[in-house]
Amino acid sequence: MTHSKESTRTGTLIWISGPVVKARISGPISVLEQVHVGEARLAGEVIGLNHGLATIQVYEETNGLRPGEPLCGTGAPLSVMLGPGLLANIYDGLQRPLAVIRDQQGIYLRHGSQAEALPSKKWNFTPRARAGDLVHPGSVLGVVPETQLIEHRVLIPIAVEGKLIDIARQGDYAVHDVLATVEDAGGARHPLTMVDRWAVRTERPVQERLEPSRPLITGQRVLDTFEPLAKGGTAAMPGPFGAGKTMLQQALVKWCDADVIIYVGCGERGNEMAEVVNEFQRLTDPSSGRPLMERTIFVANTSNMPVAAREASIYSATTIAEYYRDQGYAVALMADSTSRWAEALREISGRLEEMPTEEGFPAYLPSRIAAFYERAGRVRTLGGNEGSVTMVGSVSPPGGDFTEPVTQYTQRFTRAFWALDRALANARHYPAINWQTSYSLYVNTVAAWWAKETAPDWQALRSTAAQVLEQASRLDQLVQLVGAQALPERQRWILDAARLFKEGFLQQNVVHPIDAYCAPAKQVALLRLFVELYQVGQQVIESGTPLARIHQVLDIRRLVQIKETVPNDQVDQITQLLSELKARVNALVPAERKA
Amino acid sequence: MREYAGADRIEGPLVMAEGYGKAALGELVEVRSGNGARLGQVLTTGEDLVVTELWSETAGLHPHELLLRFRGETFHTVVSREMAGRVFDGLGRPRDGLPPPMAEARVDIHGAPLNPVARAYPQDLIETGISAIDGMNTVVRGQKLPIFSGSGLPHNELAAQIALQARIADESENFAVVFVALGVSHDTAAYFQQRFEESGLLARTAVFLNLADESPLERMVTPRVALSLAEFLAFERGYHVLVLMTDITNYAEALREISSRRNEVPGRKAYPGNLYSDLAEIFERSGRVGGRQGSVTQISILTMPGDDITHPVPDVTGYITEGQIVLSRALHRQGVYPPIDVLSSLSRLMKNGIGEHRTRADHPSLAAQLYASYARVQEVRAISVVIGETALTPTDRSYLEFGRAFETRFVAQPADQARSITQTLDTAWEILSLLPSSELTRIREADLHRHYLGKPEGQVKQ
Ligand SMILES: Nc1ncnc2c1ncn2[C@@H]1O[C@H](COP(=O)(O)OP(=O)(O)O)[C@@H](O)[C@H]1O
Ligand SMILES: [Mg+2]
Repeated sequence: MTHSKESTRTGTLIWISGPVVKARISGPISVLEQVHVGEARLAGEVIGLNHGLATIQVYEETNGLRPGEPLCGTGAPLSVMLGPGLLANIYDGLQRPLAVIRDQQGIYLRHGSQAEALPSKKWNFTPRARAGDLVHPGSVLGVVPETQLIEHRVLIPIAVEGKLIDIARQGDYAVHDVLATVEDAGGARHPLTMVDRWAVRTERPVQERLEPSRPLITGQRVLDTFEPLAKGGTAAMPGPFGAGKTMLQQALVKWCDADVIIYVGCGERGNEMAEVVNEFQRLTDPSSGRPLMERTIFVANTSNMPVAAREASIYSATTIAEYYRDQGYAVALMADSTSRWAEALREISGRLEEMPTEEGFPAYLPSRIAAFYERAGRVRTLGGNEGSVTMVGSVSPPGGDFTEPVTQYTQRFTRAFWALDRALANARHYPAINWQTSYSLYVNTVAAWWAKETAPDWQALRSTAAQVLEQASRLDQLVQLVGAQALPERQRWILDAARLFKEGFLQQNVVHPIDAYCAPAKQVALLRLFVELYQVGQQVIESGTPLARIHQVLDIRRLVQIKETVPNDQVDQITQLLSELKARVNALVPAERKA
Repeated sequence: MREYAGADRIEGPLVMAEGYGKAALGELVEVRSGNGARLGQVLTTGEDLVVTELWSETAGLHPHELLLRFRGETFHTVVSREMAGRVFDGLGRPRDGLPPPMAEARVDIHGAPLNPVARAYPQDLIETGISAIDGMNTVVRGQKLPIFSGSGLPHNELAAQIALQARIADESENFAVVFVALGVSHDTAAYFQQRFEESGLLARTAVFLNLADESPLERMVTPRVALSLAEFLAFERGYHVLVLMTDITNYAEALREISSRRNEVPGRKAYPGNLYSDLAEIFERSGRVGGRQGSVTQISILTMPGDDITHPVPDVTGYITEGQIVLSRALHRQGVYPPIDVLSSLSRLMKNGIGEHRTRADHPSLAAQLYASYARVQEVRAISVVIGETALTPTDRSYLEFGRAFETRFVAQPADQARSITQTLDTAWEILSLLPSSELTRIREADLHRHYLGKPEGQVKQ
């Protein structure tokens, strides 16, 4: 973003306060224009213009700036550079490649870095259009094997339409090489390269918005089975500190079945970024065996990096997500944490002395949150393909209080709500998703997929499990008053079954070699195991068999650990075990009673 | 350096001077008046108005009599290995009567953010000898882990015990301690100095003191000066550095005071909206760097006002740090030392520091089981209060027994005892064995066979 070369002096700084500066304007400049601030050419953006005075938010450390230093416009709004080489990269919030910066500047981030976002290597380009073709925005000019997992489709830019008058032959080209020329209706010629630039705050256009229809499989049982997310959907993940937001987000980054994944560490810990990046060097995609990094892009704007850039990082990442969506991919964007983004808005707003509303947030907070999640969706792209952007935003409510503004608005503008709970986290019940307060509006959307791909009775299985959990939580309250001994055995069996669901199904350890990712077939097999054991147990108890006999037949410890002992590709073992155990439980009823 | 005579106004710690122009944001300013010099920095700078914020009280100053010296750069401090064994004030000036240390480098106290890709993920265990920490909240080199405490709880004893017992470096490696007092009493500072002295650690410790009766405004600077030294020692000289700060709440209160004097929009409980970013600047200055030797580990004490973990200071801190050790008043009253409330404690970096080849293969699931079982103890205790212990199921009664043993034999230990990891884990097994094995759902079959001491079949009659 700092890489636009041309920029001319358009003003002089007259006032500096933290990340906000004011300048007297002497040349053309517009609101939202990207600017270079001061001698150090810090990245900034014009956020207000009034009577010859520009207000600018600066995305880098402003210590050392003085009044009198120059302001230079770039003539363009804040934008990202789009093209092959984004994948496997780690950027800061302004799309600067952090590894390149480390090689240039050493271990600390200094301001005014000018590294270009895309690597200068050559890519093998194969044309997919021919000279003479009429081309439209979004149609495919050619393809590049960006990684072994993702074919990069070089698209005709949004503003270009007309006749292709020449196109490069298959061969190796750098991103800035001209590959083709388009002549538009007016006779103007547009040279095309692999690079497109796009203003981050503007949504990229699509042909049509579609309703989500397929699940985004995350491999996390509590999500996929109970609070599922759909491709193109949105989810909010609020929780107090330590509840497991980051671990769960990272689990999704690793295992969810989107084609391309963008993870934004927004205002969070440096070590967490180091951890995922480090881990990603080793992880491979379960289906292709390729390094997961090949489908992933990281945007890291940690808590100690300049605040204003947190705000930009969210939009940079979203624009990159839309770019891969437009190539026809299912993209997932994970943002951790959107609260830090909202706080950046608050801080800038405070410096501008805007009227604060709830908790000091500006009045436009809800519209910004809404606009962000609006950029998710399943779409028909301009090129006629189907693509999607799924968004998952974690929320960090102060004091764990979900009534605070960011949680409230996020809940309103998203359709799955994954509430992480301190009490569950304290008991190390992970993921600490509270199954009573969480919900998903996508259950009906994805039910058809599950019924077709896994089990026709998927809906029935999950609602039986949900009922058991619900009944158990009511019984738990009763136990508080009278003790478990006082309950009839039928009810105690419900408590036992709920325990199996909680420990054997809902709990999932993200660092366990086998359990970290649970494939859909295994999810259903486990679900069926516990549901049917519960049902058969219930029948047996109705017919008068004491609960203690069932306990002798069922080894709870072993049942709870099946998730960790049976790998995804040996689900048959679970099915077999179920029939054995059912037979043994049934055998507890004396033959004469059965008749 | 530029010098100007006379300011226009003084509002609290802010000195407004019109018509000076050209001051750089953050620039160090020396303000002289008849009775000496004060330091501060440029807070906002405009063509016609410069606002300087002083780090000491302005009472008695007259704007027109001031001489303002703009030093042309932000606050820099001297750093060097010689600083170990010395005592400095809150701005990094010698306080022990000795001459200033020879500079190995001069650095901007604000530092610069570590490039996230330059970091190495911390995973080398630090053995503290304290079971509740090593067993269930293991600390690693490069971690930032505060102690959330309450007034009157033995956090100083615990912090000192950690500092003295922690094996942060191997024999062959260099280590240093940086002790930072933020608004604590002389007694508290003296307690730490004395404990370090007794154990011979003082020669390796650089002490920075901003005490309770000293300027709270200076408190903005103190941690940054101290961390500049820590970073230098760790990343330029290969030391393993343990930074011990007390008390973060005093620091945050100073921030609040300054913010209100600046007339900023107050946030929760009047703490400023940038409390998160400001504390993150401090805590993020820890860690390890790829390809370099040293590490900065931060253990800070934070007293929770009203023992309330949702108070903005602990809350914001918990969102930044890599976990927290929480002290419990209830355990303290029962005479448990250290009174660590394991359930609300957390070490986020534990998972990479333990297990096979690091501590012991059974460690991760053992810790998970202790958490789960102790959480169950809380539920059973609540039920038992209502219906009485005798009405509990036999399994639930075993939980009560486990809970008592856990607190008195595992969590509690003498203030001068260092337990080895093996001792800690073995004790944990002894106590877990009070529960029937069917309850130990987090434990792998193999570990159960190896370590469980209870009845083998483990099934209790309900
Ligand atoms: N699904 C999980 N499996 C195993 N451990 C988890 C899981 N979720 C959280 N944890 C544990 O909890 C700690 C805190 O989780 P984290 O995601 O960092 O919380 P948050 O982002 O909400 O503050 C982690 O360091 C890890 O030890
Ligand atoms: Mg987190």
